[in-house]
Amino acid sequence: MNILVFAELSEGKVKSNSIEAIAFARALSKSVTVVVMGKSDEESLSGLGKYGAVKVIWADDDRLSAGIIQAYASVITQVFHAINADVLVAADSSLATPVAARAAIKLQASLATNVVEVPQPGENLEVKRGIFTGKAFARVILSKPKKVITIKKNAAEVKEHEGSATVERFSPQLNDADFKIRILSSEKATGHILLPEADIVVSGGRGMKGPEHWGMLEELARVLNAATGCSKPVSDMGWRPHHEHVGQTGVKVAPQLYIAVGISGAIQHLAGVNSSKCIVVINKDPDAPFFKAADYGIVGDAFEIIPKLTEAIKAVR
Amino acid sequence: MKILVCISHVPDTTSRINFTDNNTRFDTTGVQFIVGPYDDYALARAVELKESLGASVTVLNIGTADTEPTLRKALAIGADDAIRVNAQPVDSYFVAAQIAAQAREGNYDLILMGRESIDYNGGVVHAMVGELLGMPSVSPVMKLDIEGGIAKMAREIEGGKEYLEAPLPLVLGCQEPIAEWKIPNMRGIMSARTKPLKVVEAVPADSGVQLKQYELPPPKGAVKMIPADHVEELVRLLKNEAKVL
Ligand SMILES: Cc1cc2nc3c(=O)[nH]c(=O)nc-3n(C[C@H](O)[C@H](O)[C@H](O)COP(=O)(O)OP(=O)(O)OC[C@H]3O[C@@H](n4cnc5c(N)ncnc54)[C@H](O)[C@@H]3O)c2cc1C
Ligand SMILES: Nc1ncnc2c1ncn2[C@@H]1O[C@H](COP(=O)(O)O)[C@@H](O)[C@H]1O
Repeated sequence: MNILVFAELSEGKVKSNSIEAIAFARALSKSVTVVVMGKSDEESLSGLGKYGAVKVIWADDDRLSAGIIQAYASVITQVFHAINADVLVAADSSLATPVAARAAIKLQASLATNVVEVPQPGENLEVKRGIFTGKAFARVILSKPKKVITIKKNAAEVKEHEGSATVERFSPQLNDADFKIRILSSEKATGHILLPEADIVVSGGRGMKGPEHWGMLEELARVLNAATGCSKPVSDMGWRPHHEHVGQTGVKVAPQLYIAVGISGAIQHLAGVNSSKCIVVINKDPDAPFFKAADYGIVGDAFEIIPKLTEAIKAVR
Repeated sequence: MKILVCISHVPDTTSRINFTDNNTRFDTTGVQFIVGPYDDYALARAVELKESLGASVTVLNIGTADTEPTLRKALAIGADDAIRVNAQPVDSYFVAAQIAAQAREGNYDLILMGRESIDYNGGVVHAMVGELLGMPSVSPVMKLDIEGGIAKMAREIEGGKEYLEAPLPLVLGCQEPIAEWKIPNMRGIMSARTKPLKVVEAVPADSGVQLKQYELPPPKGAVKMIPADHVEELVRLLKNEAKVL
C-alpha cells in the first residue's frame, strides 16, 4: 500500500499533528511519502524520516505559502497520481480537512474524517471515527480503491525510526481558477501553544468571574507548558478570544491532561473534552456535573487553589 | 441574490446517544431534533443578508419526512422556500452530491452551510460541494459581508483569524459569531405553514463508505476527590498514577 501524507507547515516546520499523521501512515505501510507546500528547509523535511517517511515531496511555489484549499487539493491530487498512491492521510484541521475532502472528490476516493485509531491494513479499510461530537464512534468500511483518511489527535503513537527522508522538489501545475480566494491579512497569537495541538490544556469558565482573573490560569498554563481554553459563555462575553472556546460548538481537544476551573460541565462543553486522557475538575460546587466526567476533582475556591497548584507543580517540574 | 442554506436535522445538543438493532441504528426514542447549531448561524446570516441587501433564501435538507418540522422552523425564521431531498443521508459524499444537484438547478450565488454537522462530524460537505460545482469554498467563516458581488470574510484559524475575499458564487461553512441565532416569532410561525416546501427524489451517489457498527465510549471510572488543602497530592497522582505530567 502506497500512502501519501499531507503535512501542514507552521512557520516552515511540520506541525505536530501532521507528524502523528505520518506515524499513522507508517503504522499501515512502509511506503510513506509526504507532501508539503510553501516555505520550509531541506533539513527539517529530511528529518521526517525519523517518523517513518521515505520521501518528502516539496512544492515550494510562493503562491502556496498561504493555505488556499482549492490549490492545495489540486497539488495533492497531482502528487497522489505521480507516486501512484492508494491512500491519502492528513491530520484534521480547519485547513487540512476541507483540503482532503476536495482531494477525495478529485480522486473519487472513499473518505473518512475524524478517525481515532489505526485500522488493520487491507484492501478495504475498516476505520473507527468519532461521531455525535465525541459521544460515540462509528466503524465504517472504505471500499473504493482509493481512500482518503483524516485523523484526530492521538489516533496514532509517534515512534522513532532510522534514517532520513529524501527530499524532492515538485513544480505543480497551478491553475488561476484555484486562486479565486484572496487572503488579505491574518491575526495570530504568537508564542502560544495552539489549543488543538496542546498536550495539556488549562481551561476556565464563568466561575473565574472576569477576564482580569485569567492571569493565574495563564501562569498555571505556563508552568505546565499548556494551552489555555475556556467555556462558551466566557468567549461570548469577550473575556477570551473565540478560538479558545472548547466544546460542541467550539474547539474539540484531546490532550493528555485537561484542567477545568470554574466550569460547570454542561453536556455541550463535555462534548469537546471527552477524548482527553485525564480530566481534573476544580469547582466550588460539589454537585457540579463536571465531576462525573472527571478523573480527579477538588471542591473549593479556584482563587485559592490555582496559585497553590501552580506552586506545587513548579516544585516537581 | 439567491442564497441556498443547507440544514442538517440533528439531535439536540443535550441528547444522550444510544443505538439499537445490534448497534447499527441510532435510537431516536425520546430524542428532540433541532436545526444543526452551525447551520442555524448560516441561516441567521442569510436572513440578515436578505433583509439588508434583498435576497431570496431557500433552505435544503436531505432527509426523510421526519425532518419537515425542522425545515418549517427554518421557514419560520425567515427562509422563503424549502426543498427536501427525500432520502436517508448515509454519509458526507451522498449529502454533497444531493446538494450539488439542487444547486445546479437553482443557480445560487451563495451556498451557506454549517462548518460541521453535530451528528456525523464530517466537516467536509461544504468543501465537497465546492469541488463538485467548481466553486471556491471557505470554512469556518465567522464574518461575512457582500459588496458588489465580492464576499468579504473572516475565517477562524488555529490561534487566530484570517481575513479574505472571493467573488461569488461561493460555498461557505459558517460558525459563530457570523450572526445571532434567531428565534421564530408568531408571524413567522404562521407564515411558515404556507410557504412552499418541495420534495424531490435523490440522485444516485455511491460514496464507497459503508457503516459496519456504532460504538459507545467505555464508561468512565469513578472520580477521585482530593481535599482542597492537599493540592500536592493531586500533583503526585497526576505524575505517578495518571502519568500525565
Ligand atoms: C447549542 C448549544 C451549544 C453550546 N456549545 C457550547 C460549547 O461548545 N462549549 C461550552 O463550554 N458551552 C456550550 N454551550 C453552553 C453550555 O450549555 C453552558 O451554558 C456553558 O458551558 C456553561 O459555562 P460555564 O461552565 O463556564 O458557566 P456556568 O454554568 O455558569 O458555571 C460556572 C461554574 O463555576 C463554578 N464556580 C463559581 N465560582 C467559583 C469559584 N470561585 N471557584 C471554583 N468554581 C467556581 C460554579 O460552581 C459553576 O459550576 C452550548 C449551549 C447550547 C445551547
Ligand atoms: N442531511 C443534510 N441535509 C442538508 N444539509 C446537510 C445535511 N448534512 C449536512 N449538511 C450540511 O453540511 C454541513 C457540514 O456537514 P458535515 O460535513 O457532515 O460536518 C452541515 O453543517 C450542513 O450545513
